[in-house]
Amino acid sequence: MNDMTAIYTPETVKLAESAPTSPPAVVRAQGVGVFYDEKQALKDVSIDIRKGEVTALIGPSGCGKSTFLRCVNRMNDTIDNCRVVGRIEIDGLDIYGKEIDVVQLRARVGMVFQKPNPFPKSIYDNIAYGPRIHGVAVNRAEMDELVEASLGRAGLWDEVKDRLDAPGTGLSGGQQQRLCIARAIAVNPDIILMDEPCSALDPIATARIEELIDELREKFTIVIVTHNMQQAARVSQRTAFFHLGELVEQGDTETIFTNPSDERTQGYITGRFG
Amino acid sequence: MQTFAIIAVLLALSALGYRLGRGRAMAAAGGDAHLLHSLPSYYGSYVALWSAIPALILVAVWLTLEPGIVRWLVIESLPPDARNLAPERLGLLMNDIRNLAHGDAISQEADPATIAAADRYAYLRGIGTTAMVAVAMAIAVAGLAFGRRAINVHMRARVSVERVINIILLVASSLAILTTVGIVLSLLFEAIRFFDLVSPVEFLFGLQWSPQTAIRADQVGSSGTFGAVPIFAGTLLITAIAMAVAVPVGLYSAIYMSEYAGPRFRSVVKPMLEILAGIPTVVYGFFAALTVAPFVRSTGAFLGLDVASESALAAGFVMGIMIIPFVSSLSDDVINAVPQTLRDGAYALGATKSETIRQVIVPAALPGIVGSILLAVSRAIGETMIVVMAAGLAANLTANPIEAVTTVTVQIVTLLVGDQEFESAKTLAAFALGLVLFFVTLMLNVVALWVVRKYREKYD
Amino acid sequence: MTDAPPDSQAPARNGQAARIRARYRAEKRFRAYGLIAIVVALTTLVLLIGSIVFRGHSAFVQTHIALDIRFDRAVIDPKGSRDPDSLRGANYTGLARAALRDRFPVGSNRRDKRALYKLISNDAGHTLREMVLADPSLIGTTRRVWFKSSADVDSFTKGQIPRNVPESERKINDKQIAWLDALTADGALEIRFNTTFFTTADSREPEQAGIWGAAVGSFFTLVVCLALSFPLGVMAAIYLEEFAPRNRFTDLIEININNLAAVPSIIFGLLGLAVLLNFFNLPRSVPLVGGIVLALMTLPTIIIASRAALAAVPPSIREGALGMGASPLQVVTHHVLPLAMPGILTGTIIGMAQALGETAPLLMIGMVAFIVDVPQTFADPATVLPVQIFLWADAPERAFVEKTSAAIMVLLAFLVAMNLLAVILRKKFERRW
Repeated sequence: MNDMTAIYTPETVKLAESAPTSPPAVVRAQGVGVFYDEKQALKDVSIDIRKGEVTALIGPSGCGKSTFLRCVNRMNDTIDNCRVVGRIEIDGLDIYGKEIDVVQLRARVGMVFQKPNPFPKSIYDNIAYGPRIHGVAVNRAEMDELVEASLGRAGLWDEVKDRLDAPGTGLSGGQQQRLCIARAIAVNPDIILMDEPCSALDPIATARIEELIDELREKFTIVIVTHNMQQAARVSQRTAFFHLGELVEQGDTETIFTNPSDERTQGYITGRFG
Repeated sequence: MQTFAIIAVLLALSALGYRLGRGRAMAAAGGDAHLLHSLPSYYGSYVALWSAIPALILVAVWLTLEPGIVRWLVIESLPPDARNLAPERLGLLMNDIRNLAHGDAISQEADPATIAAADRYAYLRGIGTTAMVAVAMAIAVAGLAFGRRAINVHMRARVSVERVINIILLVASSLAILTTVGIVLSLLFEAIRFFDLVSPVEFLFGLQWSPQTAIRADQVGSSGTFGAVPIFAGTLLITAIAMAVAVPVGLYSAIYMSEYAGPRFRSVVKPMLEILAGIPTVVYGFFAALTVAPFVRSTGAFLGLDVASESALAAGFVMGIMIIPFVSSLSDDVINAVPQTLRDGAYALGATKSETIRQVIVPAALPGIVGSILLAVSRAIGETMIVVMAAGLAANLTANPIEAVTTVTVQIVTLLVGDQEFESAKTLAAFALGLVLFFVTLMLNVVALWVVRKYREKYD
Repeated sequence: MTDAPPDSQAPARNGQAARIRARYRAEKRFRAYGLIAIVVALTTLVLLIGSIVFRGHSAFVQTHIALDIRFDRAVIDPKGSRDPDSLRGANYTGLARAALRDRFPVGSNRRDKRALYKLISNDAGHTLREMVLADPSLIGTTRRVWFKSSADVDSFTKGQIPRNVPESERKINDKQIAWLDALTADGALEIRFNTTFFTTADSREPEQAGIWGAAVGSFFTLVVCLALSFPLGVMAAIYLEEFAPRNRFTDLIEININNLAAVPSIIFGLLGLAVLLNFFNLPRSVPLVGGIVLALMTLPTIIIASRAALAAVPPSIREGALGMGASPLQVVTHHVLPLAMPGILTGTIIGMAQALGETAPLLMIGMVAFIVDVPQTFADPATVLPVQIFLWADAPERAFVEKTSAAIMVLLAFLVAMNLLAVILRKKFERRW
């Protein structure tokens, strides 16, 4: 089993101290494949994620989109029999390299899950958790500011500002998901991965979150997996179509949806399958 | 024993009834079993039940009531001065009469009145047994005949038989309630007799425990003080030491096994920890008395401390080891029950494994863990053999672990083991202690099970 | 890499690296605590078993001494009548002592004579009596007879009493050592397998004490316990799982059973004392009463395990049987019960294993007496193995330490066997639905 807590080495310290402050955050995947025991779930995926854009991964269920997403923040490490081949670079660094600290990687690459999973703590503590463990805020005043900013940016502040001590699990589904987004934002990542964030929500909550994604685009790079093509068309600038574990086609969203080059993409978009 | 023989005969009779019933059913159907409502065996069972059950009930009731009735009759036949003896002395006399009747030795010279009473006792028992056998047989045969007569082709034997069996099953289930009722009543009964002699306030709040009561009215040193606070304190001290060992070791073991260990490690280590739970407590007690206590004592001497040879530390430590599986098994289950999505959420934020465990998983699993700790505390409080063999006998009110203390269970054993006159305050005190023990452990168990159930609701 | 908080940059970066280091150190420490905890628990287990085996393994052998015994007609059968009563009453111990004096003449010093006689066990006379009664033709002959040595000699031979301490500090004096060395040189001192341990009941003398009495007592007690708790437990489980309506009464029964499973065992002993001994006047210290008390204790365990086994049988089987026209009781007895039987038996075996190791409740019903006879029926006074261990643990003679440890080894062996049986049963017969 890949131990998710990679061995900390002095190199990682040097990286943190010597890396330049803000080149464009780019995720570059080359030839990525994923195996569960002997079964191959993902084949030879090569894709570029550009800074400041929303990239949508679409395709029928079971085609590997979520599997690929989980490679980017190495969440697949927590699955025992999962093996990843190929290369994924963030800012030019191979994130599967030996010197990479997974814990720091995940502070840079945040994730929002399909089913909202707030911690059974208060709303305040849910947001404060990430900053607390990464030492981002040093005192209570800073933390308060950070919590307010994150909740504000997630569009939840007005609704919960009077009950920050209430349990996070007591909110409605849509609110819980926005809470999880606020939680991910609070550690100030560069990239946010969203795995079908709206599939467990009603249409109104979905609409709010799509608005949110659009606002977040200013500051974060977002990769969103969705099985809802209309949603992909609404929120994303780039789209990639996955089918049976392969990346079939990628390009500008408009092009993909109006004039796809591959007939499989055509078939999926017109609803012939999936 | 005779009782076995009687029961065997009754069972044989009902077996006979089975065959007769079956035969009768087949005969009624003219040899064609299809005409019958139920299978032939059910008709047989019907007769067998009619034969056996009334007779067995009679035997049970008779055996319960006979000793009391015979005793009453024999006492009535005693000369007046014997009849009017104080209850303890009368009890002693009855014991002698019984022993004499059986041909065993008795406590004093047998005077003619006693011998006569013994003869009468034996005579009455003999008559009683004969009568019981006769009546039981008669009822069994009558039942057999009655059952057999009722058989005809249309009779729904299976329904009747199944109804009886259902009742038997229900009675078997009620035995659990009967046991609890029995425990509460017997403890309460004896404890109330104790509280007639010693006030509950003195018992529950008194600080002096010295349970000597007079055997003769003029005996020296017959003051008895029954203040149980030192005993409660001793129990708490040893339990606290045990939990101080068991909770960290058990909890960390559970965390390691469910979060860090690989499947092979788990499959080897988990059974080994279970072994700790299967070792009889008398073995732990022996280990504590023979190995741990001297070790603690010599270590203490090395450090310049005067450690008692029956220190609370030695007993508490070994008890803690025994309790580890209780904490680790249950905690392991509740930690595994925490949904994976919570872990994923924490990992995705960049938390290390230990941070996730400490700050997300354990708080989420806390009710279950607390429940398991409460159950472990209840087990520690009720534990007997380890403390009997390794802890002290003298009531000592202290919080110092290197001193010797005594516990509730040790006192119960000490007060009741040996030749005690059953009526004295000394032996009744044991029941009062037992009552306290029962209620405390009951409360702990109820709260623990409630907590665990509430927790399970949250995640199911 | 932007891992700094929104407003500060360079200073926080160094702090950040240090923080990460600290967090990983904490991670390593935490993991180490977990491993240490497991190591502590397992080490204590190993120490426990190890110390018991270390102390007890020597009890499986025993020292024997050979003497040439003259079956003197004048002592055994002076009238020459071979009358069994006179044969029985003769002074056989004297014969043994005479043989000792012949071997090692000590004159008339009483202390020396006492020391000499203490070389062999004081049941020597009994051994000789049994020999003569079995075969009267021995009278008048001289035979070499093997006797058990005394407990002190046994300890000495096994090295538990050291030679090189001053004489006043050991239980074997120098003269005795000299005699024993002479016997060893002659081949008249042997260490043999200790059959006495496995064939006799308790005794005041360690070398004559055995666990057979306690083992038989345990057996009888467990038989009674099983005979009572198994049928009642299974019947109750069937009722509660298959037939009981969901009402307050059955809820009460369930709560009761769960609570009874956690009541301390000594309470059951008090119940047995108050109700069985004082109210029903049953005899003290007999397997029958002990079995009833243990049955009451084991009942909740069997009920809970049986319910789980019954519940694990899928509803589809029940529905199939009902669809065939079977009555609910028939569904249970013909279909559900046989399929649940492996689980029920596993739970019962585990319950019996727990009952075998119980001590406290049996102390309450009087099984703490000193019983020297092996019980023959369910109503004979008896003791059980754990209580025997408890009694021996209190005995002052040092030689009982090894006997206690050996008895513990035997008890643990039984428990291991029973638990292994349960595991094998479970693996072999349990079906994964």
